[in-house]
Amino acid sequence: MDYLLNEQQVMIRDLARKIAREKIRPVAAKYDESEEFAWEIVKVLADSDLFGVYIPEAYGGLGGGVLDMCLVAEELSKADGAIALGFAGTGLGTFPILLYGNDEQKKRFLPGIAKGRVAAFCITEAEAGSDAGSIRTTAKKDGDHYILNGTKQWITNAGEAEVYTVIAMTDKTKGARGASAFIVEKGTKGMEFGKKEKKLGIRASATREVIFTDCRVPKENLISKEGMGFIVAMKTFDNSRPGVAAQAVGIAQGALDHAIEYARKRVQFGQPISSFQAIQHMMADMATQVEAARALVYATARMVDSGAKGVAKESAMAKLFASDVAMKVTVDAVQIFGGYGYMRDYPVEKYMRDAKITQIYEGTNQIQRNVIAANLIKESLKGE
Amino acid sequence: MNIIVCIKQVPNTTDVKIDPVTNTLIRDGVESVINPFDTYAIEEAVRLKERFSGKVTVITMGPPQAENALKEAISLGCDEAILVSDRKFAGSDTWATSYTLSCAIKKVGAFDVVICGKQASDGDTAQVGPGISTHLNIPQVTYVKKIEEISDNKAKVERMTEEGYDIVEAPLPCLFTVVKEINTPRLPSLKGMMKAKSAKILKWTADDIKADPKSLGLDGSPTRVVKIFTPAPRKGGEIIKGETADIAKELVELLKDIVI
Repeated sequence: MDYLLNEQQVMIRDLARKIAREKIRPVAAKYDESEEFAWEIVKVLADSDLFGVYIPEAYGGLGGGVLDMCLVAEELSKADGAIALGFAGTGLGTFPILLYGNDEQKKRFLPGIAKGRVAAFCITEAEAGSDAGSIRTTAKKDGDHYILNGTKQWITNAGEAEVYTVIAMTDKTKGARGASAFIVEKGTKGMEFGKKEKKLGIRASATREVIFTDCRVPKENLISKEGMGFIVAMKTFDNSRPGVAAQAVGIAQGALDHAIEYARKRVQFGQPISSFQAIQHMMADMATQVEAARALVYATARMVDSGAKGVAKESAMAKLFASDVAMKVTVDAVQIFGGYGYMRDYPVEKYMRDAKITQIYEGTNQIQRNVIAANLIKESLKGE
Repeated sequence: MNIIVCIKQVPNTTDVKIDPVTNTLIRDGVESVINPFDTYAIEEAVRLKERFSGKVTVITMGPPQAENALKEAISLGCDEAILVSDRKFAGSDTWATSYTLSCAIKKVGAFDVVICGKQASDGDTAQVGPGISTHLNIPQVTYVKKIEEISDNKAKVERMTEEGYDIVEAPLPCLFTVVKEINTPRLPSLKGMMKAKSAKILKWTADDIKADPKSLGLDGSPTRVVKIFTPAPRKGGEIIKGETADIAKELVELLKDIVI
């Protein structure tokens, strides 16, 4: 389908596609096995300016928006959904600065990120997953600094990233209104990383604890004002969820491409299995679902880029639908491969493992449904 | 450091056809790309610029559509691009081509290094690089696989040979032709592609480069192509038929006999 992208977006998509094919695809299985962070690929992405596609030109980027970010996330994910996270996870860590940072903070951090400094977003804790109101990490004002204490869990890009945006409680008595957002740079005294988690999928993506022990952060690193932490986090998710959805679309498309190619080559009963209606109908359903997901993701990204105020519902829908499609399509891709699909020597089982996380992170799909339903009820009450 | 790169646009296929009448390549309908060996020359020039600072000027002689190759070179990091194009150049052999390019280089002015790919994938002569250095009367080092150092107005490079490599020192300015072992060319950057889109390509004619008309094109080319022919296709090898497992067994036995 033609999504009528502008000239710059076509350029971005084609370059990301070329990198995915030529640089990422040949090493995807290797990094899945070794679970290493693919710095060699991050460097290629940085040198090609892809890290800057959604960063304003004034801060060293290319001035695009969420749709531009989605195009890159999708193309990279077609080859490897884990390596794509070096890029997409950086977007998640960058949005708090982009959306709520002051000019001085933007000048300090965005040009570096546009050149390939990896970023990370730290909100989740052991007892605070979907229930982000239960965050226990604290930030106590002390003169010109805030002192951070607490442990963040399952942080994408942790240990590899240089810039961290962290949600911590400045006033526990106020609940959600007592949270604040901070920028913490790697190397700050009192900031350490836990062991690297072993995961079902996206194994090449680094996931670690981030541990703060009397970590002194200059007050200039407070994003917006004290008490704005949850608003910063929620608006960040509104902007980043289309990116997760794009990652899901890429994973689904990558698995589908493999499945079609395999079905054309695999001969049983004297003919390619692609000649059997059972396989043809599966492929047709998969392709239709992927295209529907892509259309929803791009439409949502364009709505976000237009500056529309309330995009929570649409972002949640895009993430929910695309990730469910990714799960279904990758399971079916393994089915088309049959026994070969179950073998790690073949590429599709990895797509299936990688797809699962897209239904879980940045808000489980159950939370997305809550967001959608809450908005439906609110709209109905207002008579919209 | 002023670096000049000479590139050529070639058909993007190894399956080119020969016009039976003129004995030259049929280029119509075939996508054109930068000669693969020249992409290493571009990359090395950009790396030299990054190491020593300076400017990379990329030059090609060719028809107007060769501008695309120059724009791609800019997206890969070259700073200025010159298209040397004139009907008078038609039919140039390697001698006339290297003369024409040397005239263009003289017009560019002061330079430290000229870099070319070792040969073009269409003609495969490997003569234009050395030809340019002869016309410019500067030293040449061919088949360079590493530029070790450039200092005190001289360069130390590794030159690939069949057995290994020579270490060669040459005074500047000089010309290198490079082999693919020298680097891994980068992909274009988005900012480079934007720059290329709006880049102004200088266009120079035979008059602009003050070339001697007698030394240009077909008239200036001592080479005459007497005959080009497609060699008779190789006789097909032996095809082993049967069940996959049996084929494999038989193949292994045959390979054992050959003792590879």
